Amino acid sequence: MQAALIPLLLAATGLYGLYKQVDVFPVFLRGAQKGLQTAVQILPTLVGMLTVVYMLRASGAIDLAADWLAPVLRLFGIPQDCAALALLKPISGGGGLALGSELIRRCGPDSYTGRVAAVMLGASETSFYTISIYGGHLGLNRMRYAIPAALCADLAAFAASAALVRWYFPDI
Amino acid sequence: MLSAIWVAFLVLALVCGAATGRLDAVTTAVGTGAGEAITLIVSITGLMCFWSGVMELIQASGLAEKLSHILMPLLRPLFGKASADREAMEAVSANVAANLLGLSNAATPLGLRAADRLYTLEGRRGAPDTVLTLITLNTASIQLIPSTVAAIRAACGAASPFDIMLPVWGASIFSVAVVLISGRLMRPWFREGK
Repeated sequence: MQAALIPLLLAATGLYGLYKQVDVFPVFLRGAQKGLQTAVQILPTLVGMLTVVYMLRASGAIDLAADWLAPVLRLFGIPQDCAALALLKPISGGGGLALGSELIRRCGPDSYTGRVAAVMLGASETSFYTISIYGGHLGLNRMRYAIPAALCADLAAFAASAALVRWYFPDI
Repeated sequence: MLSAIWVAFLVLALVCGAATGRLDAVTTAVGTGAGEAITLIVSITGLMCFWSGVMELIQASGLAEKLSHILMPLLRPLFGKASADREAMEAVSANVAANLLGLSNAATPLGLRAADRLYTLEGRRGAPDTVLTLITLNTASIQLIPSTVAAIRAACGAASPFDIMLPVWGASIFSVAVVLISGRLMRPWFREGK
């Protein structure tokens, strides 16, 4: 069933576009152009963040942080290798992407840790960034429970990521 | 804040590398990391462009708007008396629909418009619950097609890059539930006090 999902979605989207008399391919190209712009925009962030991640990894700092956090993470069932990702993702989207992709590459995309890292990346947002954008736009001087609630949600997303990967991929 | 964190990381790499005697490896990592960033972006750009194109089509054919209409009744109960305001609820639903479709370029302006309208309805004072509900909802949003993550997995040679989709949905839905419930429970500790 799952194998059919993406091809089905693509075909249905195309057919619906034709049915609605949308000029499908030029619209697709316009969107793809935007995707290219996004990629170009995140490139400098990725260079800055991935370089630092590789330096931290080589220095042993990431393993050290993981060792310290291990007892807390075990409580929530999050793999130790994902410790730094759980810390960085709520603060920096580019940093999360850099660290997550390094983890996925190093542990393998189909390994337990690699899958948990992928689900963590997909299921969480850059909470601090989002809150600061909205707070800054409205000129709010207090955010009350926004930050604690957002951090609870991030922790929930990370714990659920690990639990769901274990449940959905019982063989790994 | 990001500047401080970035510099802290650089210092940490220096201190840790010196303590563990791995400064050589840290220096090598500068080149490796910067090069890897280019390799990564090149390998994920194709899939990113493709999905961005598909999402543009979803928007242009009116499917995003349709999704937004479906979502409105689900979102109303979260916004109390502001839910009677058509303009606010339309902007909120459009923001959530854009987030679901991963239209990040569209989602933020829509979300800011919704936040503006909600804030005006509350008299533009303090930090009203309706505005905070919208903000926290955006910190825990759900993405139907996790295309960037799938692109990274594909670049690393995953057998089936999208096979993490159901766990992603599950974890995101759980986190949205947690942000709404915990926000509600925390209200007594964070009074508005205008």
